[in-house]
Amino acid sequence: MENIFHSVRLDDEKCRGCTNCIKRCPTQAIRVRNKKAYIISDRCIDCGECIRVCPHHAKYAVSEHFNELVKYKYRIALPAPSLYGQFNNLDNVDYVLTGLKRMGFDEVFEVSKAAELVSDASRRMLENGELQRPVISSACPAVLRLIRTRFPNLIKNILPLFTPVDLAARLARKAAKKKNGLENKDIGVFFISPCPAKRTAITNPLCYDGGIINGAFAIKDIYPVLVQTMDKLSPDEVEPLGDSGIIGVGWASSGGEAAGLLKERYLAADGIENVINVLEELEDEKLNDLDFIELNCCTGGCVGGVLTVENPYVAKARIQRLRKFMPVSCNRLPHDFHIDLMGWTHELTPSPAMKLADNVIKAMRMMSELKRIEDELPGLDCGICGAPSCRALADDIVRGYAEENDCIFWAARGSSEESLPAPFRKKEVVSEKAETTSNDFEENFLKDE
Amino acid sequence: MESIKLHYDVPGDDFTRAGAASGDVKRTLKQLGISPSVIRNVAVAMYEGEINMVIHAGGGEIDVEIDENKISMTLSDHGPGIENVELAMKEGYSTAPDNIRCLGFGAGMGLPNIKKYTDDFVIETEVGVGTTLRLKVNIT
Repeated sequence: MENIFHSVRLDDEKCRGCTNCIKRCPTQAIRVRNKKAYIISDRCIDCGECIRVCPHHAKYAVSEHFNELVKYKYRIALPAPSLYGQFNNLDNVDYVLTGLKRMGFDEVFEVSKAAELVSDASRRMLENGELQRPVISSACPAVLRLIRTRFPNLIKNILPLFTPVDLAARLARKAAKKKNGLENKDIGVFFISPCPAKRTAITNPLCYDGGIINGAFAIKDIYPVLVQTMDKLSPDEVEPLGDSGIIGVGWASSGGEAAGLLKERYLAADGIENVINVLEELEDEKLNDLDFIELNCCTGGCVGGVLTVENPYVAKARIQRLRKFMPVSCNRLPHDFHIDLMGWTHELTPSPAMKLADNVIKAMRMMSELKRIEDELPGLDCGICGAPSCRALADDIVRGYAEENDCIFWAARGSSEESLPAPFRKKEVVSEKAETTSNDFEENFLKDE
Repeated sequence: MESIKLHYDVPGDDFTRAGAASGDVKRTLKQLGISPSVIRNVAVAMYEGEINMVIHAGGGEIDVEIDENKISMTLSDHGPGIENVELAMKEGYSTAPDNIRCLGFGAGMGLPNIKKYTDDFVIETEVGVGTTLRLKVNIT
């Protein structure tokens, strides 16, 4: 098993061992053990849903501390386009970009700028017809991880290009080296990120070498200081730094990347449940008439990232307004550009984390046992055992991670009929009880009348 | 070694639930570590069969048996049966009514697709009695 790095972590002290996160995790990667949540590493896709739903704020995303900046002579910020949707009454992105420079960055390179180049490369690759259709976007790293763990059959459909942030980092680093005669180690490149999945992807990219980006700051962490800095800017101090158009900035919300392809036969789905449904249909070959499929794990797209500040719909509306004053696109690849230069260098390998065993015969034996256990469990999916459903508990039991007695209903079997929880009582007892209760209720009701 | 047996009741006239059985089989096969192309063949064939039951037969039953060499599926219904099997096997031939076609079904690819995606295809049908499909996909 490869060493898996994750950006989503648990604060043990805050965790109360409730069932919120285990129920909402789209890959069933969380269990409660000894009253604390535990993340099963090879199933986690870093989507951040658990951070969103935890009422005790026990889940968090790792990101860099601002002190990290002092390690480098020359510091570059890569703001995600979703950052632009976080500010009220913003009509010019130059305020945001100048604000970032005032915060301690020597240079700002917009991710939306690189996004326009990725759009251009994608259009060319689609034209050439060398891709397996429908082509699936590779921009959302949580989707990429979801596909390799749950839909490995679809790996061949994924657009094999750098994400905009990775391309931005490479271009910015190269330009800084050339312009200022700096060495790689002197340059610190930092992403201003809307989500933990992107943080994981920049430090541990799956399909190309890492080490280009030095870290990420969460939008929510940088926001308070950035707003203050922007407020202090007088109009003549604002530098003309913005260099991207409608297509680049559009990547912030769902449908933006697909629209930038200038194709009609596309689909854009957002929100992890919807994404899973689309992938299921795609796997069953029901969507073969489409050219392109854009998938974003967060509702609304990246503006819905768990590390953003603003409601995704408000952010989307603001970006729409901002885009009104922008050209369609500001960045194009040179005509003779070799797209290979921004293509994946490693193949994306499947990581079927749900597989019961490597040997099919052994897996079949485990599956038979799993079905037998599942049939005997109450089917309430209550989560008290620490697994998200009875099926998941049965799965854990056959893998040796849990035991039957973790189910409180199972443990109570064999006690007297009366003391058994409802699902394990014989039918007659249940109906008898129900009848008495309803009679009591009726009598009491009439009395009150 | 004992095979894995799965049973599903497919309700008639409920499109929202069509695909539930093939979805469950797909999940089971993934957990067994069966190769993706075999899973795809099973999922497509079974989904088409499931949809056929909903469109034409008012529902039915599906039994799936998985052993180390193959996946066998028996899809049986008590629907109207098929008058002309040869015609029904032709790509593009469909008896689906307009309201079904509006939903994007009834393209006449159901049976041909099932045959295409399976290694063994047997159809037993009698007008007024029902239809049974016996399908096998080999695990290679």
